Amino acid sequence: MKEFTNGAEAIARAALDSGCTFFAGYPITPATPILLHMVEELPKVGGVAIQGEDEIASIGFCVGAAMTGARAMTATSGPGISLYSETIGLAIIGEVPLVIVDVQRLGPSTGGATTVAQGDTQFLRWGTGGGYPVIVLAPTNVPDCYNLTRRAFDLAERYRTPVFLATDKETVASSVTVPLNAYENFPVRERTLAPADNGTFTPYRYHPADSVPPMAHLGGPHMVRFTGSSHDERGYLSKNPRDVGALNAHLAAKIDAHADEIALVESDLQDGAETLVISYGLTARSAREAVRQVRATGTRVSMLTVYTLWPVPETAIRAALTGIRRVIVPELNLGQYRREIERVIGEQTEKITVTGVHRVDGELITPDEIIEALA
Amino acid sequence: MIETYINESTLPFPFCPGCGHTGILKALDTALVRLQIDPHDLVIVTDIGCQGLSDKFFDTNAFHGLHGRSVTYASGIKLANPDLHVITLIGDGGCGIGGHHLINAARRNIGVTVLVFNNLNFGMTGGEHSVTTPPDAITVTTRRGNLEQPLDICGTVAVNGAGFAARTTVFDKSLPDLIADAIRFDGFALVDIWELCTAYFAPTNQFKKQSIEDTLDQLGFPTGVIRERTDRPEYSRAYRAASADQVGQPTLAPHPIDPAYSSDLATRQSWVIAGAAGQRIGSAAVLLCQGAILSGLWATQHNDYPVTVKTGHSVADVILSPDPVLHLGISDPDVMVVLFPEGLAKERARIARLRPGATVYITADLLDQHPVETAARLVPLDLGATGQQKSYWALIALAAILRATGAYPVEAFRAAMEQSPYAEKNLAALDAADNRTIRVE
Repeated sequence: MKEFTNGAEAIARAALDSGCTFFAGYPITPATPILLHMVEELPKVGGVAIQGEDEIASIGFCVGAAMTGARAMTATSGPGISLYSETIGLAIIGEVPLVIVDVQRLGPSTGGATTVAQGDTQFLRWGTGGGYPVIVLAPTNVPDCYNLTRRAFDLAERYRTPVFLATDKETVASSVTVPLNAYENFPVRERTLAPADNGTFTPYRYHPADSVPPMAHLGGPHMVRFTGSSHDERGYLSKNPRDVGALNAHLAAKIDAHADEIALVESDLQDGAETLVISYGLTARSAREAVRQVRATGTRVSMLTVYTLWPVPETAIRAALTGIRRVIVPELNLGQYRREIERVIGEQTEKITVTGVHRVDGELITPDEIIEALA
Repeated sequence: MIETYINESTLPFPFCPGCGHTGILKALDTALVRLQIDPHDLVIVTDIGCQGLSDKFFDTNAFHGLHGRSVTYASGIKLANPDLHVITLIGDGGCGIGGHHLINAARRNIGVTVLVFNNLNFGMTGGEHSVTTPPDAITVTTRRGNLEQPLDICGTVAVNGAGFAARTTVFDKSLPDLIADAIRFDGFALVDIWELCTAYFAPTNQFKKQSIEDTLDQLGFPTGVIRERTDRPEYSRAYRAASADQVGQPTLAPHPIDPAYSSDLATRQSWVIAGAAGQRIGSAAVLLCQGAILSGLWATQHNDYPVTVKTGHSVADVILSPDPVLHLGISDPDVMVVLFPEGLAKERARIARLRPGATVYITADLLDQHPVETAARLVPLDLGATGQQKSYWALIALAAILRATGAYPVEAFRAAMEQSPYAEKNLAALDAADNRTIRVE
């Protein structure tokens, strides 16, 4: 059995199936369909969906709501992520589970509102002051929109952190045929809460550094202290280098030390192949088509689809590089993820060349363009 | 009986001698003691600035975020849990950078209590002017006197829907009563509390208690309760009341399509339907795709349109395939359906690049008026002769082309239409057109 649907609907359904109870967003092409779905759907499950007065308010509502126990999501496009920037930092330091959907459009600035792009690949990772890690997932198609939104909610709870879904205008707005068995059945992860009977609650206690502290909700059995300032484990503002250093090391370690656990890739490797195509998001579809056609001519070629853009799945990338002499990285930007591939390859001993296939004119990269790079 | 909400082990307050902040926090404590709110149900949200240090001293829930955005967190907390009492402490600086949130919280009448620590300048960052700095006042950023009109915070929220708005000074003996009334109020409540910054504004401008009174007089800013209205419901509860009939309704679910027809299509076909906004090009393309899936095919649809709504082109790229489709783009269409001048203007270049094996179905009038250069086969469609409104032309053309090309059974297209929201009208238009027999070779 199949259906005809689009990424916006898949994301909304996945949010509902993940127990999402709160959504706030500001209209922006091409993310608006997600706002409309959530406004329609959340009241049915007793949740709240609201259009904020701007993007800053929208993500602010989400952070406040999440701290009362809501599972929160927001959706925007590149210009909106720019306005989210400061609050993304707040969600990182306050350790707030939050799902942020970026339906990418062509930038910079207003750019092309109805035009496809993958220009936020680095921006999502480095989009707030301080440089602390976040998790970014990139769906290649509509079923991925569902499956990775489910995963985003799971990771947000597991690591108490904002998790981005880096999708794009084409995947969200275009309708495609999806076999219903392409949607994964994902168990909903319960939020880890501080036990109610445990007298005093210390909101930010983590031992070892990469562990994730349990939460307590505003309005729950424990009094909660939340702060965007450098703090000690009690949540009190602190300038003590020992407290501050431990906090910031923790914020990095809880993601970076778990990169392999978070990593999700699809390795479609061929024995004896000397060329590897690494792609992500909607461009991976063109890459798969190109690889299919090239293989049909008897040429060996490997393909790696990266679903977790950040943290970079370095172990999986290194594994895919065995025997490879040449890597092709197609992406709808001027080589943003190629930088990461080159960084990982830089650690390899053998000589491997890396070539990008890029477009920033609002058109998709065609399989032919990738085949040309493979020639 | 709670005798104080202040955690005395955290004292003393860190504010400068004579700073009004200490007085406001004591008044807040007095108000809370009077109300006896369970501290578990109470959230104090602080903004950035000297008042941002305040949450530490209270044995309540505390939330300290970013500059000017405290009202957004408070609103999110209240929206998600209407049973909580949410009190926001914010400075005049926060009211400047976050003024938009104050106005909109007031418009919603969301149940958040806002206490403005209004000391007429930025104390923490070194005495810069704020949105409430009085005319001609000297600050480090208005060295020759402030040229800006002070923002009437209280009046602004009052005229924009706030349920409760009051203004007073930290020297007002009834301040605890006013704060208690604001907290008790079921809706957006703001108390604008004027005070002295003894580090910067007061010494620089020889500003004293009496100066506050004089400035309020000169500006014509009244004190006391400016606005109290109970005709508007509190937002978080109003939202729930408005959506109560939705609770428990079935949520968005897949719409499975069970193939009831079959297609002989052996290879992928790319169709482009080019028309004008408002002429239901996109919805006709959806039906084309659904009919294909009903015939066991895989279909994709990509729409292209300008940022305008009811003007300009509307183009749908559709791929029909016996196998799953990876790449969504179409560079070399097999079938182009060109219906209106906007569609032709947009697609002229792609038509010109078509190979000889492709077919362009084009409205006969359009072809007469706008000659088209292409290697593809040109087939005029006399859609005007159908007597149907232009908004049905895409459906009529697609049915005729399906019949001519046999990509999949036209019955499947009709079956998709039967399940569509405008089934009756669509099918009536199609039947009427069929009676006039639009022929496609």
